[in-house]
Amino acid sequence: MDLSPIWLTLKLAAITTLILLLLGLPLAWWLSKKRSLFKIIIEAIITMPLVLPPSVLGFYLLLAFSPQRGLGHWLQQTFDVQFVFSFQGLVLASVIYSMPFMISPVKSAFQQLPVSLSQASYTLGKSQWQTFRYVLLPNIKPSLLTAAVLTFAHTLGEFGVVLMIGGNIPGVTRVASIAVYDSVEQMNYSAANNYSLILFAITFVMVLSVFIYNKYQTKSPLE
Amino acid sequence: MIAVDIEKKLKAYNGLQVLRIEKNFIPGCITRIIGPSGAGKTTFLKMLAGLIKPDSGTIKTSDTIWFDASNNINLAPQKRLIGFVFQDYALFPNMTVKGHLEYATQDADWIGRLLNIGGLTTFADHKPNHLSGGQQQRLAILRALAIKPKLLLMDEPFSALDVITKSGLIKNLQSLFTELGATALIVSHNPQELDGISADELAIGD
Repeated sequence: MDLSPIWLTLKLAAITTLILLLLGLPLAWWLSKKRSLFKIIIEAIITMPLVLPPSVLGFYLLLAFSPQRGLGHWLQQTFDVQFVFSFQGLVLASVIYSMPFMISPVKSAFQQLPVSLSQASYTLGKSQWQTFRYVLLPNIKPSLLTAAVLTFAHTLGEFGVVLMIGGNIPGVTRVASIAVYDSVEQMNYSAANNYSLILFAITFVMVLSVFIYNKYQTKSPLE
Repeated sequence: MIAVDIEKKLKAYNGLQVLRIEKNFIPGCITRIIGPSGAGKTTFLKMLAGLIKPDSGTIKTSDTIWFDASNNINLAPQKRLIGFVFQDYALFPNMTVKGHLEYATQDADWIGRLLNIGGLTTFADHKPNHLSGGQQQRLAILRALAIKPKLLLMDEPFSALDVITKSGLIKNLQSLFTELGATALIVSHNPQELDGISADELAIGD
C-alpha cells in the first residue's frame, strides 16, 4: 500500500494548523474586541467556507491563482510561485478553508473572558502584548487546543477544495481523501478501506484526546 | 491632590443619565464612595483609572494631567499606576497567589509581607479556583497593593469577608496606606465598615 497520501495529508494538516495558529490567534483576538461593521464583514468572509460548497471555493481559488490570469500570473512572474496543482496551493486552500475552525472557537474564548482581566493587567502597568501573552492566552488554552485539533482534523478530511486546486498528482497533491476516491473509482476497495481506516483512526484518537483533556481541565472560577 | 471634574453619559434602563463628579481628593486620605446600585460608582473608579474615557472634563494630580478632554489628553492606565480592586476580583485563573503578586512586582520582600498581611502565605501556591471567596478578595487587594500605588481604587473590597477578618485587614491596610502615602477611594454598600478610618465621603447618584 502506498502510504504517501497519508504522509502528505498529515504534512498538509500540520502546516495548515501551524499557519492558522500564527494567523488566527491575533486575528481572533482583534475580532473579539469591540465590534464594528468592518469587523463583521471580515468575520463573514472568514466564515464563508463553512457554508460554501468546497468545490465553489476551490473553483474560485483555481481561477484566482491560475498562472494564465491576473494574480496567479503575477505571482509566477514576480516570485516564481505557482499555487495551482502544487503543494503550496493545497496549503493556501486549506488555510482559507479551515480558517473558521480556528478563528471561531478562539474568538469565542477571548470574548468569554471577563474584560476586567485585561483591565486588571493594565492597571498593573502591563502592555497589551504582556496582557495577551501572560493573562489572556493561558486562560483560553483548552479552546485553543480544541481549535487546533478541529483545524487539523478538518484539513485531514478536505476533498473538494484540494481536488479543484491541487488535482491528483501522486506525491505532490494526492492527499488521503483523494486517494480514497481514486481507489474506489479504480474498484480497489481494499486500498480505499485502508486509507479510510487510517483517517478514521487518526481523527477519532485526536478528537477523543481533546475531549479527555478538556474533561480533566480544572474549572476556572470564572465559570 | 487629585482634582476631578468630569462628566459621562451613562445608559440606564430609563434612558441616558449624566454622571457628573467634581471633587478634590486629599492626598493620603481614605474617601468612602456611597450611592445606590447603578448610580455610576464603578464607572467613576474606572474613569479615574483610565479604563473608561469620560465625555468631558479634567482629571489632574498635583504634577500630572491624566485626562483633559479639551486638549485631547488621556493618559493610559499603565502610566497612571493606580491600584485597582475590582468588584469581581478579576483574578487570573492561570496564576497562583504568589504568581499574581510576582506578575505585579519583582520585590520578593514586599510580596512576602503582603502575603503575610493578607493571611495567604500558606496558600501561596494555590490558584484562585482553590481559594474561598474571602481569600480571593484578599488576593485582589494584595495584587492592587503590589505595585505600591499612590492611589488605590477599591470597588466593594470587603464584601466577602467575615467581620473579624475584615476589621483585622482594614487595620493593616490603614497602616500600609500611611506607609505608602497612598490615597484610597473605597466604594462600599456598608459605609459603617469604614467608620473611623475614612476622612471624606463622596455620594454618587443622590
